[in-house]
Amino acid sequence: MIATLIQLFISYLKIGFFGFGGGYAMLSLIHSEVVVNNAWLTNSQFTDIVAISQMTPGPIAINSATYIGYEVAGVAGSVVATVAVCLPALTLMMLITHFFLKLRDNRYMKGAVRGMRPVVVGMIASAALLLMFSHSEDGKSFIDGWSWAIFALTLVGSARKVNPILLIILSGVAGVVIYGL
Amino acid sequence: MSQLFEIFWSFLKIGAFTFGGGYAMIPLIQHEVIHRRGWLSEQEFIELLTIAQTAPGPISLNTAVFVGYKYRRYWGALAAVTGVVIPSFVIILFIAIFFAGIRNNIWVDAAFKGMRPAVVALIVAPIVGLTKGMHWRGVSIALATAVVVWYFGFSPIWLLIAGAIGGVLWYARRGEEAEL
Repeated sequence: MIATLIQLFISYLKIGFFGFGGGYAMLSLIHSEVVVNNAWLTNSQFTDIVAISQMTPGPIAINSATYIGYEVAGVAGSVVATVAVCLPALTLMMLITHFFLKLRDNRYMKGAVRGMRPVVVGMIASAALLLMFSHSEDGKSFIDGWSWAIFALTLVGSARKVNPILLIILSGVAGVVIYGL
Repeated sequence: MSQLFEIFWSFLKIGAFTFGGGYAMIPLIQHEVIHRRGWLSEQEFIELLTIAQTAPGPISLNTAVFVGYKYRRYWGALAAVTGVVIPSFVIILFIAIFFAGIRNNIWVDAAFKGMRPAVVALIVAPIVGLTKGMHWRGVSIALATAVVVWYFGFSPIWLLIAGAIGGVLWYARRGEEAEL
């Protein structure tokens, strides 16, 4: 139990510390810790949490910490993982706020930020690929032609600036109609 | 103490209503922090957005630390973070406890089968916009990152570190105007 809590703490500390580029970029990092390294969740369970996270308030990093923490080690786990994911932002942002005016025009800082930018875009793409083409059979997000139809329609909706929460709800309804009836 | 509670309360509201990611909350923060409380000026807010995007971690969390720290130092930052995290923590914990019981329900299972491809589409959607205007070198790095993380299961951490080091070296050699 204690070992699991420590592992959760370390994993989410890493996710918090290297979570550059916003929620979607963080997905591949969270996936790498939670599905690949520790096998706490399967690929499709991971996708479900992303769906839940889209429909509830709060960032995916924190939502996944609370959820996975609970799955792995109960309420204690969810507290440990949530605190861990917040710690780097708390400490780093205080430092950055303090020194920002000096750092802003620093050329090394600029170079590092610009160098990470394409990596962040690649991380978003890898998150999509990981969920599209899972290595394992139980982790498939795409099971038939309907899946691809929902994917294409959501893509169109998103390009037309339809609210993402609405898109998720509609696809859930579609799922009930297609697979539940 | 009452100031700390004000910070906590403001960010509790922000945390409870930030559906759909960090950028959706910007108008809410503007209203609460600039217009209502007067904790930041418009100029400071723009500075804040630059930092919140550059620093690791969710934007809402970074914003909370920045505003709290500016206004009341360490305790302010802690009050703001606690406020912004509590709503999602409570909601997700509730869902996690509740979801375990209904996960195998055929309706729930069917709904999630429908939602999974939609989630993937929402992740794919911003990629096109992000690569637009990017130099071919940047696009190649993005592609290589995607393949290495997805296919070979590399941790993105090493690639971020490599990107940061690469960026510093590149701009040190080529000057700041060189496109990456």
